[in-house]
Amino acid sequence: MLRTWRQRITLTDVVVWVIGLAIAVMVVIGSIKTIALGKYNVVTWIDLIITGLALGGVYALIALGYTLVYGILRMINFAHSEVFMSGPLTAAFAADALRTAGWWNTYPILSLLIVILVSAGVASSIALLLERIAYRPLRNAPRLVPLITAIGASFFLQYAFRGFFGSSLKGYPEMNIFQGFWMIGGIRIFRTQATVIIGAFILMLILYAIVQRTKIGKAMRSVSEDKEAAALMGINVDRTIATTFAIGGAAAGIAGILYLLLFPVASFSMGFFPGLKAFTAAVLGGIGNVPGAFLGAMLLGLLESVGPSLFLDGLGIPAAYQLKDAIAFTILVFILIFRPSGILGERLTQTKA
Amino acid sequence: MKAPDTQSAWKQAIQAGLLGGTIGVLLSLVGMVLAFSGRWIINNVFTMGQVIFLAPILLMAYSVIRRTTPQTTQKTILTGLLTGLSGGVVLAILLVIGRLINLQAMFINASKALYGVLTFGKEFAVGILILISISTIVGGLAGAIFILPQRVRTAVIQGLLWVTLVGLLRDLIITVTNRWGPLAGLFRALFASSGLTIIGAVIVFALIAGIYYWRAGQPAGRASIFDLSSSSKQRPIVRWLTIGGIILILLLLPPILGVFFSNILDKVMMYVLMGLGLNIVVGFAGLLDLGYVAFFAIGAYTMGVLTSPEMNANPLTYWQALPFAVIACVIAGVVLGLPVLKMRGDYLAIVTLGFGEIVRLLALSDWLRPWFGGSQGIQLIAQPRLGNEVLNSQQELYYLFLIGVGIVAFIAWRLRDSRIGRTWMALREDEDVAIAMGINHVTTKLMAFATGALFSGVAGTIFAAQLQSVYPHSMNFLVSINVLSLIIIGGMGSIPGVFVGALVLIGLPELLREFAEFQYLVYGALLMAMMLIRPEGLWPEARRRLELHESMEPAVAVHPESGAATEQPGT
Repeated sequence: MLRTWRQRITLTDVVVWVIGLAIAVMVVIGSIKTIALGKYNVVTWIDLIITGLALGGVYALIALGYTLVYGILRMINFAHSEVFMSGPLTAAFAADALRTAGWWNTYPILSLLIVILVSAGVASSIALLLERIAYRPLRNAPRLVPLITAIGASFFLQYAFRGFFGSSLKGYPEMNIFQGFWMIGGIRIFRTQATVIIGAFILMLILYAIVQRTKIGKAMRSVSEDKEAAALMGINVDRTIATTFAIGGAAAGIAGILYLLLFPVASFSMGFFPGLKAFTAAVLGGIGNVPGAFLGAMLLGLLESVGPSLFLDGLGIPAAYQLKDAIAFTILVFILIFRPSGILGERLTQTKA
Repeated sequence: MKAPDTQSAWKQAIQAGLLGGTIGVLLSLVGMVLAFSGRWIINNVFTMGQVIFLAPILLMAYSVIRRTTPQTTQKTILTGLLTGLSGGVVLAILLVIGRLINLQAMFINASKALYGVLTFGKEFAVGILILISISTIVGGLAGAIFILPQRVRTAVIQGLLWVTLVGLLRDLIITVTNRWGPLAGLFRALFASSGLTIIGAVIVFALIAGIYYWRAGQPAGRASIFDLSSSSKQRPIVRWLTIGGIILILLLLPPILGVFFSNILDKVMMYVLMGLGLNIVVGFAGLLDLGYVAFFAIGAYTMGVLTSPEMNANPLTYWQALPFAVIACVIAGVVLGLPVLKMRGDYLAIVTLGFGEIVRLLALSDWLRPWFGGSQGIQLIAQPRLGNEVLNSQQELYYLFLIGVGIVAFIAWRLRDSRIGRTWMALREDEDVAIAMGINHVTTKLMAFATGALFSGVAGTIFAAQLQSVYPHSMNFLVSINVLSLIIIGGMGSIPGVFVGALVLIGLPELLREFAEFQYLVYGALLMAMMLIRPEGLWPEARRRLELHESMEPAVAVHPESGAATEQPGT
């Protein structure tokens, strides 16, 4: 008995658990200290939580693209962050044109719809092109090959957009209807943040319905189970995979517009961090799982916005907000180590993970 | 039966032309055409900018002819002409749109200057006609090249490539040959103030084409004296002479090339050092590490913290600090390696990417400023001394790099054929089978991470000494991508491939200022094109090639056209 027990727990596991435990202890001590010191009042905490939820909404929509593609091809679409970037960067030009035409504040809903259509359309077409040119020929290649292609595609897209539109930051005009804040139940909430949270939630519901209820959703799920069997049942596998990319791209494009509502500056390099964090969110919730992506994204958004103030301030770390990205990556690393299947995910076999 | 066949061949030609033209338009809008429009290949005949927008059409015409294999000479030329025509029309459409609406509001490169390049400096209507006819001729040229016999065709293609390359690198060649005394005049005669002279181009073309024509007539196998990896059949004396010759050339490079190029060589060597390390992790062991810059940073920062009087009351010298830096990197390699032992492929890539970013963010943060200097970095880092001589000039540092590269390359070469090297490759090929065969995957993987980290760390220490300072900004993700690109393009697992990759990917952007702006665009395109067309790299390792082609064959055979679609000319 003792021997099997000792065999199962290796030095590796011990080291990993010790590191994990140390970080957990630090988080708990930091949180207790912060709360005991009473550095922040309730209003600040609520503000941070709302900011986190709004961020989470954006991450959720991007994470959807990672999760759908992973579910169907068992591959991380590394270039999805650039798909996300392509939409809002192009749409910022449309927004500029609409503003000069005077539509921006006279017909805000129509303008917003146009901008969203442009963004979703561009992102979706980029995702489709990517699938057709870069991924489809490599579907049966060794695992590293499509991944490296995806990294290459990511850089190609990022710098192609830099070449097209220049490396300067592109301001996104603010809309009058989103200025200021609403009071909901005595809580002050910025209109942009409320729009992002509600919009992301509704969109996730719609996308979930598409995957679960429609015919194409059914096709997607069956292709993800077994490509050959799906093809035998008369499903056009190529078209289904292309549709998956298109849906993921459109979601990322809309996420881009919501992102611009929160941070009204677009640039060619805007995709990297949100993309990586959305991937973290997808893994956190259980990759391949749509509700998981939503849950993971909300959790990650919250941790990222509340975390620095909650855990790190208490430990006496100066300028803790600088480390918010580091928190996200630490979560990513530890989720992948301790529970690669995520919160809601099926238990992946090692070959899948 | 014949009629629909030819019809589809015409259709394919038009499609290929449209695609080639679209690529040309994209390259124009990205800014490459304009950036290179000042560089004459042959003085007052054509520029690199023109090569960039016409090359896709040429390539597409050539590939469509090769695919459809028209039966007669006439049809071959006609297919080429048709492809060229449709490509030219696409470019002309860009000009028309550009005239009707102001594209520059969106695409910063869609300027008057670009239209000027596309219309060959002529007026709008005349320019469009010239553009379409030149593009048609270029397409026809592809057909003309195709009907030549195989041996002549290779010679002509190589000749054209070399003329472009030599013309492009005119400044470099002149600067280098100016130091060669009597030979300088000879080279200067070939070149004009920009690019080659017409006579120079003819000479270069004749020379290269002649060599290729002659070599094609020789029995096979003669051309492989540089192929160190497969030279077991040759007599050992030839092999040692080759190696000796290469070493001698490497030693003499700084005096031959001068200070400016020594600086570039230093950078190339630094990347060779890192590439050799990452080659062990990715190429030998098959563990895709995207956070490789972390070890470079750890090496550089350890050196900084230990030797800078800013950070440390009693600073060490370079040589005293070197062992500590190396040990710190090995420990970091093991610490990263331990938790990721169970991960494979994609997840490993993302975790290592996260690790690299965490290291950078920590170095940048105010929290660790007292130790690592925050965004200010660390200055006044010690430079290595030999006796009383401080190695601080670029040329002296080159020798330091060269020694480092020599040692590391030797270690990597011996490791590849050692027991551990073979276990790495077994793990790469099939982890489950390797473990079943009794390979201890824990120590094997940790060894790979630790060795890779060590090599990168050494590069980091020399980098720190070279600049005498380190900043968190120089430790970004792009460094990892540079290193990854160079080993993939050189050939994963191939040691000479690392040198080739570093020379092409790191050296070229330094030499051509215009190119530096499009560095990552081209890297990205190359990574994609490489994976689609030639996943084994430019200088492949024999075993790797077998491995990849076993499973790649069907995928490549089904979609030959998709590979050509992503190919980026002008690199």
